[in-house]
Amino acid sequence: MKISIERAALLKAVGQAQSVVERRNTIPILANVLIEAEGNTVSFRATDLDIEVVDKVPAMVERAGATTVSAVTLHEIVRKLPDGALVVLSEDGAAGRLTVEAGRSVFNLATLPKEDFPVMASAEYASNFAVPAPVLRRLFDKSKFAISTEETRYYLNGVYMHIADGDGGKMLRCVATDGHRLARIDAALPDGALEMPGVIVPRKTVGELRKLLDDDDMTIAVSVSETKIRFATPNLNLTSKVIDGTFPDYTRVIPMGNTRKLEVDASEFAKAVDRVATVSSERSRAVKLVLDEDKLTLSVNAPDSGAAVEELAVAYGDEHLEIGFNAKYLLEIASQVDRENAVFLFNSAGDPTLMREGNDTSAVYVVMPMRV
Amino acid sequence: MPSLCRDCLTRFQTGPRCPACGRPRILTHDELDTLTIAHMDCDAFYASVEKRDNRALRDKPVIIGGGRRGVVSTACYIARIRGVRSAMPMYQALKLCPEAVVVKGRMEVYAEVSRQVRALMDELTPLVEPLSLDEAFMDLGGTAKLHGAPPAVMLARLVKRMQDEIGISGSIGLSHNKFLAKIASDLDKPRGFSIIGKAETARFLAGKPVRLIWGVGQAMQTSLDKAGIRSFDDLLRWEKTDLIARFGSMGERLYHLARGEDFRRISARESVKSISKETTFSEDTADPDQLDGHLWRLSEQVSDRAKAKGLAGRTVTLKLKRADFSLISRRHALGDPTQMADRIYRTAHDLLVATGKGGPYRLIGVGISDLASADLADRSGDLLDPDAGKRAAAERAADAIRKKFGKDAILKGRALR
Repeated sequence: MKISIERAALLKAVGQAQSVVERRNTIPILANVLIEAEGNTVSFRATDLDIEVVDKVPAMVERAGATTVSAVTLHEIVRKLPDGALVVLSEDGAAGRLTVEAGRSVFNLATLPKEDFPVMASAEYASNFAVPAPVLRRLFDKSKFAISTEETRYYLNGVYMHIADGDGGKMLRCVATDGHRLARIDAALPDGALEMPGVIVPRKTVGELRKLLDDDDMTIAVSVSETKIRFATPNLNLTSKVIDGTFPDYTRVIPMGNTRKLEVDASEFAKAVDRVATVSSERSRAVKLVLDEDKLTLSVNAPDSGAAVEELAVAYGDEHLEIGFNAKYLLEIASQVDRENAVFLFNSAGDPTLMREGNDTSAVYVVMPMRV
Repeated sequence: MPSLCRDCLTRFQTGPRCPACGRPRILTHDELDTLTIAHMDCDAFYASVEKRDNRALRDKPVIIGGGRRGVVSTACYIARIRGVRSAMPMYQALKLCPEAVVVKGRMEVYAEVSRQVRALMDELTPLVEPLSLDEAFMDLGGTAKLHGAPPAVMLARLVKRMQDEIGISGSIGLSHNKFLAKIASDLDKPRGFSIIGKAETARFLAGKPVRLIWGVGQAMQTSLDKAGIRSFDDLLRWEKTDLIARFGSMGERLYHLARGEDFRRISARESVKSISKETTFSEDTADPDQLDGHLWRLSEQVSDRAKAKGLAGRTVTLKLKRADFSLISRRHALGDPTQMADRIYRTAHDLLVATGKGGPYRLIGVGISDLASADLADRSGDLLDPDAGKRAAAERAADAIRKKFGKDAILKGRALR
């Protein structure tokens, strides 16, 4: 194998590969990226056995072939090469080395046989559909903060993507929760998605997927089966196993009967929460909200370190209410609001509270209160 | 040389007997009036309490410990003469001393006696650092003016009062740091009072084995052996940097300890780090129902203790010991601290289920750690477990009933398994 490739294109592909490979890895081949050259493209394939990424990059292929090298080392090398460099990767099967040449630098990297590289079995996908990148970006960006890290509830360690009945009929919906807060984001149903089985997309996959979604004009081809999900662009294929578990019935968690409505400028609210929370050093800092007619008082009282109070002008017409929340959770949901005011719907100090953006029900958040 | 009569607390210059009361229990030491760091250790604490409360046991060998399969937690001095030691399996202890009276420990009583002893120590100095129910460090620096007597006198009075007012005996070690004070209290047990002064520190440690160091267990002993270190003299031959290279932070400590130096301060801060309960079964079991029943009872005990202490834990630990004594320990970090039996139990139960079909087990234990104050506990509910709030309310109601009508006034059916 011998190929010449532009440094920027190589860096992007190898960067993607090295973020997929497992850092602490007992199987050496899993630390490697499989490089395959043929025609006028080179593909870079990396896997941690749960996720597989294949990136195709145009290159000058002098001699077709394939080999595997350490993804992290190759990435480090390419990262340190000067911008605009032309990189030549050549491998001579007998020596078991990959030579990386750029300008005056020459590197020789140990390789492992390409035959040993585990290629993820291709699946029969029950459903194939296309989603514009901005739509997928919104679905996952707005839900991923609520993904649980608790390992005993492994079925919460991802975003539940499924078809659900929303306000405008069938919707493509993403839900994530860790038991303290929940995010439910809807998007219009793409053509051909109706039969999609509901799947739990693991946290790491959500992170890797995000890198494909920066280009607003891109359309992502999504394929879903009971066990796998694939996101593809013309140059890149991200295939992932989904979490083998049942996502809990979240619908009964979303309060429908909350009537006490508070409307507040989300960014003013977030800043105020952040300010008053400063006085407490506890890991789970509680902020107390006191609501009176058109007035919201935020306060934190930390016996060991101090107290803080801040008043905000808001729209609120219901009776007096005192309710506490974890400051971090409030900040996270408030920061999801980007266009209109944040609307909070309360019931009582012990019941889950609902938050949405203006009257838009395509993104709703639920947060559990805290005793203060 | 300054001397002190341990019986009537008279101070005088050297003599074989007290000039005031004529008794021979005399402390004589050059630094008697200047040393301030003390370690107090009750003598065979649990056994002494039992003998105090039951005259019939006084001249019999007494072993405190649980059940046929348990271990010796304390042996009285009569039993110790026969070779019985703490932590020895009960069957072995009974082989050595078949006529021993085995008493099941009464922890509440010991805790109460411990509180009485603690109260006496608190009168001497605010710097009391308890190590367990029956031993504590005290720093009496700067108290001589206040008490109108040097620390040695106050300590002799302390053990005298423990004997007279509480009815149990203790031994005192007096020195210039914690390391030596702890060694000293053990030199002359029971009813001992030993002093290791600054001047004689090097002479005292010469030739002594390194296992004297508190915290040097079997594993450390082995690695020290490998380095050819058996006594303090061996340690003195090592450079500080070499010790650190070989033993890490312990190396630095060893370097100083070999020179009789210990810079740790006595901290009165109560430092409970975890609360745990465990039980050894009379017969090994793999029965999930039985294990689960134990799990609930233990969770409830841990919860009771946490509630009594005003503490809550962020981490729940499950401990299992297999029939071959191998240990399984599983932990789970909760989002927020808890002191509720229900949450402790559910978390431990999930951990037990996750260990799969194992066993049989000889022991099961539950604990909470990463402790926080109770007012931070159980403040937020679980969206996915809407009944948790109701169960917590039920538990609080049950607690209130127990408080009023006694511990067994209300039980969960689960507790009967």
